[in-house]
Amino acid sequence: MYFQVHQPFRIRKGFSIFDIGKSQDYFDDKKNKDILSKVAEKCYLPANNVLLDALNSFEGFKVAFSITGTALEQFRDSSPEVLRSFKALANTGRVEFLAETYHHSLAFLFDKEEFRQQVADHLRIIKEFFGQKPRVFRNTELIYSDDLAKEVSKLGFKAVLAEGADKVLGQRSPNFVYDAKGSGVKLLLKNYRLSDDIAFRFGDRNWQGWPLTARKFAEWIKNSEGDFVNLFLDYETFGEHQWADTGIFDFLKSLPAELKNAGLEFFHPSDLIKFGSKVSLSVPELVSWADTERDVSAWLGNDLQKSAAAQLYRIKGAVLRSDDAQLIDSWRRLTTSDHFYYMCTKWFNDGDVHKYFNPYDTPYEGYVAFMNVLNDIVHRLKRRNFLGSGKFTAKVLKKNKSSVKRKRGA
Amino acid sequence: MLNPKVLMFGWEFPPFKSGGLGTACHDLVKGLASFDTKVTFVMPSNLKKDVSFVDLVGVDVNAVESSLSAYAQPGDCPDSVYGFDLFGEVERYAERSVDIAKKFDFDVIHAHDWMTYKAGILAKKISGKPLVVHLHATEFDRTANNPHPHVEFLEMQGLQQADLIITNSFFSKNNILLHYDVSPDKIKVVHWGIDQDNPAYSLNFSSELSKQNRIVLFLGRLTIQKGGDYFLQAAKKVLEFEENVKFVVAGSGVMMHQLISQAHNLKIDDHVIFTGALKGEDVHKAFQMSDVFVMPSVSEPFGLVALESLINKAPLIISRQSGAGEVIKNCFKVDFWDINKMANYIVGVLRYPALKRELKRNGFKEVLAHDIYKPAKAVLDIYHEVLGWES
Repeated sequence: MYFQVHQPFRIRKGFSIFDIGKSQDYFDDKKNKDILSKVAEKCYLPANNVLLDALNSFEGFKVAFSITGTALEQFRDSSPEVLRSFKALANTGRVEFLAETYHHSLAFLFDKEEFRQQVADHLRIIKEFFGQKPRVFRNTELIYSDDLAKEVSKLGFKAVLAEGADKVLGQRSPNFVYDAKGSGVKLLLKNYRLSDDIAFRFGDRNWQGWPLTARKFAEWIKNSEGDFVNLFLDYETFGEHQWADTGIFDFLKSLPAELKNAGLEFFHPSDLIKFGSKVSLSVPELVSWADTERDVSAWLGNDLQKSAAAQLYRIKGAVLRSDDAQLIDSWRRLTTSDHFYYMCTKWFNDGDVHKYFNPYDTPYEGYVAFMNVLNDIVHRLKRRNFLGSGKFTAKVLKKNKSSVKRKRGA
Repeated sequence: MLNPKVLMFGWEFPPFKSGGLGTACHDLVKGLASFDTKVTFVMPSNLKKDVSFVDLVGVDVNAVESSLSAYAQPGDCPDSVYGFDLFGEVERYAERSVDIAKKFDFDVIHAHDWMTYKAGILAKKISGKPLVVHLHATEFDRTANNPHPHVEFLEMQGLQQADLIITNSFFSKNNILLHYDVSPDKIKVVHWGIDQDNPAYSLNFSSELSKQNRIVLFLGRLTIQKGGDYFLQAAKKVLEFEENVKFVVAGSGVMMHQLISQAHNLKIDDHVIFTGALKGEDVHKAFQMSDVFVMPSVSEPFGLVALESLINKAPLIISRQSGAGEVIKNCFKVDFWDINKMANYIVGVLRYPALKRELKRNGFKEVLAHDIYKPAKAVLDIYHEVLGWES
């Protein structure tokens, strides 16, 4: 079992053209704090309690977490009790932490150097907070391809997580270790059917599996083919996506005992390597764990997302040259994939899961707020000559009209 | 299924129109015709016009020696259907409805907006047939809460005498409940749609003006309801950031002089173009040559122009005080008074080609779902309900 924990630094919705050149108040501290304290109360704290009890009561119980740097920073600064409770889990010695990009970014798709930097930053904070050196890697939203495996192998990881999507596996089962083709790392695949039974279907009274008890679920796992079953879940499943009144915490509480009673064993992701692989899988196209498409279209599917991402990464050189820690940090916070998710128009008209996670009324508002912040960064870089003029369209309030008269149609 | 025969009272019907009401009546009647519903449409003009899907009946509302008075009001377009002696015309229109109610065979009466309510009430009295009143805008919308007492009185009578009321949005329904003492159960909401087949949509029009400038469009009557003054204030803000932008104000009305002076006082008159009222194809051309259309209405029961903008692939910014916002998602929504936000989004659309492309593409796709048949079917169901017929 691996749980994903992430919180982005959400942008201040009202950051407008009038703020460009005047305000560096990009992120909505209050909203970020409010959301964190809500999720802490509904999910992180109660779920951590359940897991800590289980770890204390069952010697064989093990779990893994991937917690992003942006989430850890926010725990440290505004919710120290959450950080303490994760540290308490780590202190049992039976929680494995995975590596990912510090900023939960799409950097791998745009800039390998930035990707490596963000992985290094994440390794550093995991070491600092939990005293561990991760050996297994999971990329943002389980975005994966052969190229990622090669890159991750170079960084010294032994295994990498990916979605056990039908288009990856064909008729094969996700319940075996696979070789990631041409890389030397092992591929650990999500069993999406069983994972989604918990993540999406648990509280659905129209689902034929409802009500899902831990005993029933243990049976399903026991009857699965293969060496093991990988349950990869957003941690917010517990208490946030599936509310407490669905019985999700009771389920989590009973699961370790029921799995043990069924004669099953728990593994950390890094333990699985020992099973060895029989087959090598090639995944030339990008896959992810999102939507039915299982691709990257939730973040980079439309022109808003593509143009925003392209413009963001285009200024990286200048951002780093500025040597301004605060500016660099702000820029990195913009690389977080959530900002691009907010601009998704794919499901906007149906208003489903994307809407639930979206602080904006429309993807267009998300884009404008992002671009205004980005343009303020561009403006700061230009003012200090780290960026030349002309390449970017950012303009700021004219102080002296006559001095900035530009040629019409230029 | 047996469909009722409808006696419909309206004030506008293209080409005799001044705004969205005429288009709305035309589209509704056309939609009803597609469901084999026979409509007799009565309007205050002795027009000679053949329209295949409706029986148009013109009534002469002119007093013996008046008709030139329609031209008397400065700022109004010469072909305005709202004459100087409007109250007199409304009275004479109502009087003539008595004969019409006796002469024609119908099952239900449908009256559009306050001008025709009295006619509807009289026809109901004479025939005993149920009355549906359609409210496209309240007097409070039109006047930003400074109603003319006589109009308010006529509107109130129509709403109270009606067996059922149709309005174009929940926004409008709430407005009715706020200002008039009628039961909420009596009010049905039917969101408006747009006629999808018009060759003018595919003209792909551009002009020298739009080749050399970015165009921000306002299109509507120049009255306090439509918020042209907020448009100009936002224009002033936009021009602090962007050059090569022209703000086109398309429409006429009593506020025209005020808006021209406002543009002058804001020192943006060289960026603002007043076109007067546009008709027919020109309306669609205006949308097509624009980079973004802004509808800053102070109080807009629906706002059919919002759909016209999308079907002509002009990105859309609308006020939150509008009914169209209840059905349209692919646009920006701002409070009419929030000129900073309005300017922020205008600049966004002008500045970022990707934003403009996505708004155009998704807005166009979305508007195709809002045709004229869905609302017509809903109206037909309301006729059945008021008659107690099975539908």
